[in-house]
Amino acid sequence: MNEKPAAQVEVNAAGLSRGDYQGEPSTLCPGCGHNTISSQILTACYELNLIPEQIVKFSGIGCSSKSPTYFLKRSFGFNGLHGRMPSLALGALFADRTIKGIGISGDGDTASIGFGQFKHIIRRNMPMVYIIENNGVYGLTKGQFSATAEKGLELKHQGRNPYIPIDLAKEALISGASFVARSFSGDAKQVRELIKAAISHYGTAVIDIISPCVTFNNREDTLHSYVWGRQHEAPLHDISYVPYRKAILLGEFEEGTTQEVKLHDGSVVILKKLETDYDPTDKWHALRILEEAEMNRWLITGLIYINPTQPTLFDFHDLVDQPLNRLEVDRIRPDAESLEKLNDSMY
Amino acid sequence: MKGEKQATGDQQPKITLAPKVNDFSLTICTVNGSGSTTANNTLYRALFRMGIPVSGKNIFPSNIKGLPTWFAIRISKDGYLARVAHDDIIVAMNPKTFAEDLDYCVPGGVVFYADHINLPVQREDIITYPMPIKELIKKADVPRNLRDYMANMLYVGIVSQMLGICMESIQQVLRFQFISKPSVADSNYETVLIGAKWAKANLEKKDRYSVATMPALKDHIMADGNTAGALGALYGGVEFCGWYPITPATSMVESMMFFAPQLRKDPKTDKETYVIEQAEDELAAIGMVCGAGWAGLRSMTSTSGPGLSLMTEYLGLAYYAEIPVVVWDVQRVGPSTGLPTRTGQGDLTMSYFLGHGDTDHIILIPGSVNECFEFGWQAFDFAERFQTPILILSDLDLGMNQWMTKRFIYPDKPIDRGKVLWEEDLERLKGEWGRYQDVDGDGIPYRTLMGNKDPRAAYFARGTGHDEYGKYSENPQIWKAMLDRIKRKFETARSILPNPVLRKKNGAKIGLIAMGSTDPAVFEAQDLLVQAGLATDYLRIRAIPFSDEVKHFILAHECNYVLELNRDGQLHQILTLNYQELSGKMISLSISDGMPMTAAWVQTQVMEKENK
Repeated sequence: MNEKPAAQVEVNAAGLSRGDYQGEPSTLCPGCGHNTISSQILTACYELNLIPEQIVKFSGIGCSSKSPTYFLKRSFGFNGLHGRMPSLALGALFADRTIKGIGISGDGDTASIGFGQFKHIIRRNMPMVYIIENNGVYGLTKGQFSATAEKGLELKHQGRNPYIPIDLAKEALISGASFVARSFSGDAKQVRELIKAAISHYGTAVIDIISPCVTFNNREDTLHSYVWGRQHEAPLHDISYVPYRKAILLGEFEEGTTQEVKLHDGSVVILKKLETDYDPTDKWHALRILEEAEMNRWLITGLIYINPTQPTLFDFHDLVDQPLNRLEVDRIRPDAESLEKLNDSMY
Repeated sequence: MKGEKQATGDQQPKITLAPKVNDFSLTICTVNGSGSTTANNTLYRALFRMGIPVSGKNIFPSNIKGLPTWFAIRISKDGYLARVAHDDIIVAMNPKTFAEDLDYCVPGGVVFYADHINLPVQREDIITYPMPIKELIKKADVPRNLRDYMANMLYVGIVSQMLGICMESIQQVLRFQFISKPSVADSNYETVLIGAKWAKANLEKKDRYSVATMPALKDHIMADGNTAGALGALYGGVEFCGWYPITPATSMVESMMFFAPQLRKDPKTDKETYVIEQAEDELAAIGMVCGAGWAGLRSMTSTSGPGLSLMTEYLGLAYYAEIPVVVWDVQRVGPSTGLPTRTGQGDLTMSYFLGHGDTDHIILIPGSVNECFEFGWQAFDFAERFQTPILILSDLDLGMNQWMTKRFIYPDKPIDRGKVLWEEDLERLKGEWGRYQDVDGDGIPYRTLMGNKDPRAAYFARGTGHDEYGKYSENPQIWKAMLDRIKRKFETARSILPNPVLRKKNGAKIGLIAMGSTDPAVFEAQDLLVQAGLATDYLRIRAIPFSDEVKHFILAHECNYVLELNRDGQLHQILTLNYQELSGKMISLSISDGMPMTAAWVQTQVMEKENK
């Protein structure tokens, strides 16, 4: 009897296959930029050898916020309310500080009703990844302007947008973000490397990803379209993420051609210089490049700003090491004697 | 400003009126921001220390400095602690309200007033004691910035001397209040003595009011409901509190921040076992609380009407996604911004129907400071047992005012974490589980928590339609079955929530039904009605969904008066909705004027309806 050997399924260092990171089939439009991002989140987690149970997903409302169903089905997830993913994530992530939080939002979700929570989660530097799948349009309600839509954009039923857009990377930066990146869903490799860096970052890691809406806002002369992105993307650098174990083996790079940024967990982001010098640890530089990009209609992408040592919300609470949601009941109820003392002191 | 005015009689003060010992009310009229709180606290605490039942109500403006404020102390040897509309004794320190304040004094009553108030006393039926506050301050030569405080301590001394409040008690109270600053306690006490000495030498006692030491109130304490609720939460194992400041709920979380470090540091490591996070608004506060509750933390917030309005959408999600959270609503007066510093019970129907679509909510209604503590810890057990928001309706009167109450009783039940599956449970079940399956037939499913390492543990929580496994579904049968199953939880809860409290009188055919902080008024009114020849039974509702006892009570009485502090009779509305067949047996008696209910109001209203 000739038994065929079972097909070797490729696994990562955690012993898991790509299938272990998959989600339900996507119900978004074919070609939607969000599907690429879901796929790159999946790949990043696979390549980082993360166990899906170590990750928790959060989202708000809109097309973007449906997408957490389409990756990591072995991870817990919570699809919350419009614009209020950050507060939901904040509360939940305190339950077990060993779990990595990935929040998925959209421009409708973040730049309007969620603007306050976006700014405040950044201000707290809550350790989590905050991805905005930014297409400049409300997809799930069929094609209204979002607050990131460019001035003068014309949409089928809406006419012309008279308002100036909100730049979420700039808003993140001036709110004190410790990690700000912009990418383009058509640039899968960069998206993936940025997600890996964001997951390793200890603090709020904001990635504003231009993610075209093929149904409502993909005209080739508009900022959020595939064609515009492919033609105009201007990466600040060529970014690669090197995990801790490999990072310690890194050799010397040629002076002046790369910059290395060491993250909290020992991993390293290597930024290979392209045409111009760009230092993402310099906030002034970051602000200036965002201003210039806006004036000149450049789609700059890459790691815009990073401060790996900024204190986080967890640092402001002196909590027990054990996950709070696993504390035994006798550690959360004071003893009877303490109540008698309190009673004696009350009059 | 303070409710019903006293009709001034033309009778002269009768010095021969029978003495009144330990049975009167005293209101101190000051300007807010003048530091009178310490003085007023000293007075009621000294009285409590003398064994005399006492309550203290701060009637204050929504303002920081310069507007009129009143502190009403009720002293009752019989233990009646409700507000009374009229004052036996007035301490007038505010020239701006002097004329109006006098109107609230009963005939034969007493007015102590600062003699720099150069206004005529228009009434001849009251006894007046001018107090030379400025002159005494001048003699004492105190720094300018301490003069207001000294003025307050002077009236404490003068009033105490004239009423017979024990100086030793005052000294002990001051030492308690300034426990870490003995020199401040001593200098305050010296001021009190200056006032007392002056009164002894210069005032002749003409009135009939006095206090006398009673047996010590050993099983009682003085506290406010917000402190009690905060302590209840800390003993209930609260692990996450997301909040946003709002009067009159703020002091609950502030109490929690005060007591948490001494109560809730891990004995093994001295590290914190709780998170208190001030959110950017109520939308975020409840978002955090829902996230934490979902992830397995005992999670709460405290707010008031406007905040609850903002929290409504997330609480609707928590209802449908079945997330345990505890929400305190320390009610103020709505609609809108309303009266932010006054009390009411106007958020009941809002809480009952909270959220769009079909919902049900468990509502707890504490009627005493002690119950604020009790419900404070129990609420977490209910929230996790039933996997749903628990709303606790307190109010400004209960939450912020000082009440004599039974000592807090240590939880008599172990913490109940409800139906949670950890790794070993899933192993035992061989992974056979669905987040929203009703395995036990009580409507309550099992849940897993973030961090559970079993590959079969995870599910995706959502506010959208979902099946028994949490998967998105628009299927009509699944939607209907899910909503019907959730409703069953509230049937299960009916018999487990705190029972109503019954107080019977012999031969009563009339029922009184009330809730929350009106308890002292209704309790007292019940006795007044007996004196007036009308026996009533009194049922105080403590939880919704109602227990069957409520129905039995209504059935057992010819007529039931439903008493509450809102315009529309909201409890009456909900009772009518629940017991339509009994609607003819219930009559609504409600009032919304921002003030705590008085026994006299209850008595008058009931007697009128009874044509007596």
